[in-house]
Amino acid sequence: MWTAILLGSLGCYALKLAGLSVPKTWLENPKVRRMSALLPVALLAALVAIQTFGDKDSLTVDTRTVGLAVALGAILLRLPFLAVVALAAAVTAGLRLMMG
Amino acid sequence: MDCVAGNNSAVLERPTDKKTIVRDSLGVGLAVGALGLSFGALAVVAGFSVAQACALSLLMFSGASQFAIIGVAGAGASPLAGAATATMLGARNGLYGLHLSPLLEVKGLRKLLAAHLVLDESAAMSMGRKSTGEARLGFYATGISVFVLWNIATLIGALATKSLPDPAVLGLDVAAPAAFLALLAPRMNSREPWIAALAAVGVALAAVPLLPAGVPVLVAAIPALLLGLLLREPVERQEVSA
Repeated sequence: MWTAILLGSLGCYALKLAGLSVPKTWLENPKVRRMSALLPVALLAALVAIQTFGDKDSLTVDTRTVGLAVALGAILLRLPFLAVVALAAAVTAGLRLMMG
Repeated sequence: MDCVAGNNSAVLERPTDKKTIVRDSLGVGLAVGALGLSFGALAVVAGFSVAQACALSLLMFSGASQFAIIGVAGAGASPLAGAATATMLGARNGLYGLHLSPLLEVKGLRKLLAAHLVLDESAAMSMGRKSTGEARLGFYATGISVFVLWNIATLIGALATKSLPDPAVLGLDVAAPAAFLALLAPRMNSREPWIAALAAVGVALAAVPLLPAGVPVLVAAIPALLLGLLLREPVERQEVSA
């Protein structure tokens, strides 16, 4: 087990370091710049979708969807960041409590 | 960075200052810490020792990879399969590095330390800032607060294991997507990020039934890479619209 832990950790760290070590000349290329700007947007949008609708290997609409909708509403109302997160979690928890 | 009166972009954007960024970073750390409690607990349930659970949080320090390795090992797969799965899921952090590299401009020892802090949360908190200084503050403050709270929470979760409530009861499983959505919002200021985000969501959701957990998010990088390659140069577009 320790082998897996150390090898996996090394692999994860190497990838993080590799990302930060991209040569500067690459990043001056406008195509690479645009890719690097769009990548986090795409990855985070995909994470939001999967963490909201994913259920192991299927998709589902449940209380998390309501929580995310509350978050979206709070964002549109320009509430502060922490209020957005807290409201979404609180509404989701409340719904679950009511639904037993 | 001070707001300059009459500066349009400063008026349009959400007001942020250093205090707000640090406060939000701590908030993200707390939300992630709650998830760390369940990681510590699940690791022990999956057959890892408390020391191994803590080693994962200290050394691997990447939520998706850590949950993957305990899932794979818990299902009885070989340690190498566990390490390979964890590494594959870490590829996302390499992609964030591509975005962070020109922002952080780190070298030497600082780069070795900064690399360890590259995460969904720290990358997200560096986005949509008014200045490079604020972006760096968002990255470091979030990276450090998540590192500290994630590791403390892992230890507590691993030690407390069975007495721990399910984080879903508290709605904490929605905290992360809600936070990411809030961090995405200021970036959705033109057509390109919308296309990238919607394409990523479509691809990722379509991939969920087909690919193992964690991989759909990676696949979602493909439309962003293609968009970056194929879209016309911004200069050309300005000429067209003028």
